[in-house]
Amino acid sequence: MAKMNMLQAINNALDLAMAKDDGVVCFGEDVGHFGGVFRATSKLQEKYGKARCFNTPLTEQGIAGFANGMAAQGMKPVAEIQFADYIFPAFDQIVNETAKFRYRSGDQFNVGGLVFRTPYGGGIAGGHYHSQSPEAYFAHTPGLKIVVPRDPAQAKGLLLASINCPDPVIFFEPKKLYRASVGEVSEEYYEIPIGKAEVMQTGSQVTVLAWGAQMETVQKAVDMAAEHGISCELIDLRSILPWDVDTVVASVKKTGRLVINHEAPLTGGFAGEIAATIQKECFLHLESPILRVCGLDIPYPLALEKEYVPDHLKTFEAIKASVNF
Amino acid sequence: MTNPNNATISTIHLAEFTSGHALQIPTLRVLADDGTVFPGAQEPELSKETALRMYQSMTFIRVLDERMLAAQRQGRISFYMQCLGEEAATVGSAAALHDEDMIMAQYREQGALRYRGFSLEQFMNQLFSNEKDLGKGRQMPVHYGSRDIHYMTISSPLGTQIPQAAGYAYAQKLRGKSNVTICYFGEGAASEGDFHAGLNMAAVHQAPVLFFCRNNGYAISTPANEQFKGDGIACRGVGYGMKAIRVDGADILAVYQATKLARDYAIANNEPVLLESIAYRLGAHSSSDDPSGYRSKEEEELWRKNDPVARFRLWLLNKGWLDDAADKAQIEGLRQEILDALKVAEKIAKPGIEHLISDVYAEPIPELERQLTELKEHIRKYPEAYPITAGRML
Repeated sequence: MAKMNMLQAINNALDLAMAKDDGVVCFGEDVGHFGGVFRATSKLQEKYGKARCFNTPLTEQGIAGFANGMAAQGMKPVAEIQFADYIFPAFDQIVNETAKFRYRSGDQFNVGGLVFRTPYGGGIAGGHYHSQSPEAYFAHTPGLKIVVPRDPAQAKGLLLASINCPDPVIFFEPKKLYRASVGEVSEEYYEIPIGKAEVMQTGSQVTVLAWGAQMETVQKAVDMAAEHGISCELIDLRSILPWDVDTVVASVKKTGRLVINHEAPLTGGFAGEIAATIQKECFLHLESPILRVCGLDIPYPLALEKEYVPDHLKTFEAIKASVNF
Repeated sequence: MTNPNNATISTIHLAEFTSGHALQIPTLRVLADDGTVFPGAQEPELSKETALRMYQSMTFIRVLDERMLAAQRQGRISFYMQCLGEEAATVGSAAALHDEDMIMAQYREQGALRYRGFSLEQFMNQLFSNEKDLGKGRQMPVHYGSRDIHYMTISSPLGTQIPQAAGYAYAQKLRGKSNVTICYFGEGAASEGDFHAGLNMAAVHQAPVLFFCRNNGYAISTPANEQFKGDGIACRGVGYGMKAIRVDGADILAVYQATKLARDYAIANNEPVLLESIAYRLGAHSSSDDPSGYRSKEEEELWRKNDPVARFRLWLLNKGWLDDAADKAQIEGLRQEILDALKVAEKIAKPGIEHLISDVYAEPIPELERQLTELKEHIRKYPEAYPITAGRML
């Protein structure tokens, strides 16, 4: 075990993946010698050469298209989109190409092994073009898998699983935790399965659900609730697509209540999808309406970021409202 | 001095523009209308066997297109797109490749597909989206693809194959293969952002791609002069720092020669090449289009005289490699063969219901299994409303 922050864990995962399989290739804007603007690909070019770790021109659609072609040929491209806010020029390549490659060809061609790594979320004073959480746009696209880690150990295991996955994956990295989140990480190769949620804390009165960077926030809220005598079951979803319906259903059948938190705006956010499924599967077990604690339906602000984010206090209030309904 | 701008600096002291039309790309022509080779042109070294494989691919596509457009008009298939006028561009370029080179086409390149060996039955099964279709009946007619013959499955969104071809060729290079990827697209698709992205990526990362632009004058109804202002598409290659060549797209010997030259260059230097074929889309854009609303009969007639198949046929006759009467009989036989295959394919069952959810992922995710189970229960309640699957469900 070694102490690593999330960037070091990601870098370590990429290093192991590139050492294990010479088909793994990392590229993106400033990814080469510089090691990426956040340094996630630091030293990889030095170690594996310019052919396998390189800068690309400034073209997200080009990066995504290039990655699709490489993966279709049988390699495992790990393409970095510098900020999730800049993934939209690649939307067509991801939604119409990446996601449909296997299906449209009748399984003759596929882009398994392709991973788009991209930092998402706020908390770095980035305003609306360095803070967005666009997971819900992609969750509406059959054929993609969407993964969001919450800490260094998870980031490493989930990233290695994504690179080894027979389906293309979008790997959203919580950038505010890149250096802030530090933990013990095994230096060995290991994978964490995609599509499985993790019950982080068992409880009896209300299920609290989030993923990625928001786990830290909801943990605080759950701790506050405990001080007020409320017993929360805390779940980290880990994968948005596919998402672990069974684990959430089992939890809500036990607690009878659900609070979902995400940083993206409320309307059309993934919490709505979860709420719809849970009310169908758990209708007779529900003691109170499912509550969503999300961003406001506005572009991500700058000066008033604190007011915008679904923080621990808003989550705590929702937990109380759910229990006291 | 370093060169941080990656630009040559030759100094002038009086302000002066470089014209947007300073660069004019010449057009390679080898085969004259009468089937003879132009004086000064170089006849490519083609074996009789290859030349006949090329000719038979062209005539096959000509007859298939005629028959299947009629089948669409009869309501037997939902949609069709002809290659009419561009048989030389697609067959001639495919013939200059190795059979293991990757083909990433747009949608009008059935000539290349046939040259590679796609069978009549495979064409028909795709067009009728039956259970023998390699694509499992999931895409509209003409969206062919075959892993076995290195022909990437067609995607409708225009230009998306361009950066993909750059990535595919880059991977071929990393794997140490001596192969190129050819990427076909139209002059209209060259307006897409993916064109710029793909050519620039391929040039910067030295991917051996042949970007083959079929400039056929029209993008559905939009003429080329409303599509771009520059001199065709080939000149853009120069802007990306890559070699470019323009050919008469109705001249199969010129297309063959240019593509062969480009392939050799791309392999030897690990560089992309941009080719531009100048031809005319003699048919409509698709079975859903009627060109009479946007171009004149006179214009079409003029180009009809520039028939790529007829020109190559004359060359073969001159060579003594083709017998006029035998060829005509062979084409008649082909008409019957195609009709027979059509009748077989249209009677083959559609794919089973399990193929609704297969191949979305390598293995269906739990939610898909749930949805399929629910759907089957529903179909059992109303079997008459879902005749394709109701009778075949377990």
